[in-house]
Amino acid sequence: MVDLAISVGQTQTPEAVLFWVLAPLTVAAALAMLLVKKAVHSAILMASVMINLAIFYIAQDALFLGIVQIVVYTGAVMMLFLFILMLVGVDSSDSLTETIPGLRPIAITAAVGFGGLLVSLIGRATLGRNAIGLEAANSLGNVQGIAQLLFSRYVWPFEVVSALLITAALGAMVLAHHQSIQVRPTQRQLSTQRFRGESLANAAGLPAPGVFARHNAVDVPALLPDGTPAANSINATLQARGDMLTSGTFELGRVDTSKGEEK
Amino acid sequence: MDAANYLYLSALLFTIGAVGVVVRRNAIVVFMCVELMLNAANLAFVTFSRINGDLNGQVVAFFTMVVAACEVVVGLAIIVTIYRSRRSASVDDASLLKR
Repeated sequence: MVDLAISVGQTQTPEAVLFWVLAPLTVAAALAMLLVKKAVHSAILMASVMINLAIFYIAQDALFLGIVQIVVYTGAVMMLFLFILMLVGVDSSDSLTETIPGLRPIAITAAVGFGGLLVSLIGRATLGRNAIGLEAANSLGNVQGIAQLLFSRYVWPFEVVSALLITAALGAMVLAHHQSIQVRPTQRQLSTQRFRGESLANAAGLPAPGVFARHNAVDVPALLPDGTPAANSINATLQARGDMLTSGTFELGRVDTSKGEEK
Repeated sequence: MDAANYLYLSALLFTIGAVGVVVRRNAIVVFMCVELMLNAANLAFVTFSRINGDLNGQVVAFFTMVVAACEVVVGLAIIVTIYRSRRSASVDDASLLKR
């Protein structure tokens, strides 16, 4: 470690042990977050970083923030991330090829410079006094101390932030709202269409999948009386996805009349 | 151990998050890296709060968390909207304004 000009007091040994065990883990998880290919793995690593940070908060006498970190970040925010990942598709792994040539070396050089700047600044800063610690400020309890500040000095920012939260929720609802392009036909309209259409072929409804086939499953087409598969018995979504089984394998064999039994 | 070590850790995490924002292509991973940067700033706030013996830093960190939550809600809604129309969550594909 660099010899520090900033003298903020020595902490107790247990905290040092905690720090030197958890800090490398945190940095490793954060670095791995950059390097793994799948977004889901990134999310899991991010959650571990957040839990480690919560432990650091609690170790630094910020009990309320530590709990809030676990509840809000690892609980709510990471769940939201995973939810959106599931929605967008877990398989969409990121291509790690760089699209802008030379971006990665530039980014890493800039980051090393920036990080070095920050670290050297922290190393050279002088406070001129020792760390005070939060024993006096937390004398009534951490939550009570924060509440006293939040509802007196910061009551106006607190109200503004509540307005921000409501605006964000409204914005998310507006963005996620899906305007349907066409009007959905009612049951009455569908029925009229079926009987007053050009032909009465489908008047009794489309054939159900799996009927007369050897497998009673939704991805197997029904077999018509002459043994050919009925393509319209499969759900259009399954057909579009290509999840339907090839009907040829389920077609009935030609009836051999000489032996009087089916093959 | 010195309490300033937390500041070094915070600086390191912030830098890693910044690299992630620039390098990664998946919009969701980019968002997670922004969250990492905000979390690193929070760690610095909490550490300074302890160094100064003053709870103001913790209150600011609390406000940062609320703002981060708002940002996640709106940002993920935007990602879902883009994904719905373009079938992709890559930040490189959303370049309609360029053309």
